[in-house]
Amino acid sequence: MDVDPEIAHAAGPAALPRRNGELVFTAPWQGRAFGMAVALQRGGRFAWRDFQERLEREIGGAGPDDDAARYYEHWLAALERLAVDRGLVDGEELGRRAGEYRSGLRDEVF
Amino acid sequence: MNGAHHEEHEHHEHHGHHGQVSDVEARALALESLLREKGLVDSRDVDELVSRYEHDVGPLLGARLVARAWVDPAFRDRLLHDANAVLRELGISGEGLNIVVVANEPGVHDAVVCTLCSCYPWPVIGLPPVWYKSAPYRSRMVREPREVLREFGLELDDATRVRVWDSSAEQRYLILPERPVGTEGWSEDDLVPLVTRDCMIGVARPGTGGV
Repeated sequence: MDVDPEIAHAAGPAALPRRNGELVFTAPWQGRAFGMAVALQRGGRFAWRDFQERLEREIGGAGPDDDAARYYEHWLAALERLAVDRGLVDGEELGRRAGEYRSGLRDEVF
Repeated sequence: MNGAHHEEHEHHEHHGHHGQVSDVEARALALESLLREKGLVDSRDVDELVSRYEHDVGPLLGARLVARAWVDPAFRDRLLHDANAVLRELGISGEGLNIVVVANEPGVHDAVVCTLCSCYPWPVIGLPPVWYKSAPYRSRMVREPREVLREFGLELDDATRVRVWDSSAEQRYLILPERPVGTEGWSEDDLVPLVTRDCMIGVARPGTGGV
C-alpha cells in the first residue's frame, strides 16, 4: 500500500492538516473519513481530483468563523456528496443510518 | 447533509453502551457501514491506509535514520554512501525515489530546495510544508540562502559556508545535521525527538526547534 503523492502532496486550502509533517487526526472518525476517501480512490470509484474539488468547495463555502479544526468535517461532507453523486450510497439511506448511530440504535464505535 | 442533519427528532430512549456519538461520528460510521455492506470499502484497508499515512509518512523515519547515524559511524557511512540501499534493508519503501543523504560538516551548512517544483524526500520525512513549495522559498533559497535561513531563525556566522542542494525528480536530498553538542551518551531513542523535519531540510538545527 504505497502512499499516493497526489494525496500526500495536496496543496492550497485543501492541504492535509499536519504537525511537523505528520498527518494529524484529532479523533478516530477523522482517520476513518480520510481512509475511506483514499480507499475509494484506490478502488477506482473516483479520481482524487474530483474529491479535491469538492473538498475545496466545502472549505471555501465555510463561514468566517471556520477554522482548521473543522477540516475533516469538510472532508466528510465532501466525501458524502461525492459518494451520493456517484451512486455509491443513497443519500436518504445515509441520513437514516447516521440517525441510527446518533440515537444509539446502532452502537458500534470506531 | 443528505438529510443526516435533520433526524434529531428520531430520538430513541436508549443510548448504546458506548454513550452518545457526535453528529460527525454518526455520519462517518453511517458512511463506512454502508460502503462496507456494498463491498465498496474493506474496513481493514481503511485501517491500513490510515496507519500508513498517519505513522509512516511523517518525519519519524528520517529522524530515526539521522539519530542512528549519530550513534553508529558504520551506519552513517553507509547512509551517506547509498541511502537507497539502507532504506531497502530497513524495509522502508523509498517509493522508487532516489534519495541522497548529505552530511553537514563543521563550517558548512547544507539546505535543500527544489527550484523547479517541490521535489521532496517524502517517503522518509513526510509531506512537504507549504513554504517549501512556495515561489519565494524556491527562488530566494538559491539567491540569498543566508537571509532566508535567518528568517527561519537560523543565524550562521560569516565563516560558515552554505551549500544549497537543488532537489529534482531524479534526486531528492535529505540533510544529516550535526549532532548537537551536549548529547554525548544519549541513546538513539533519546536523540530521535531532537530531529525535526526542518533540520532535515536544513532550515533549522537539531535542538533549535522547527518552524
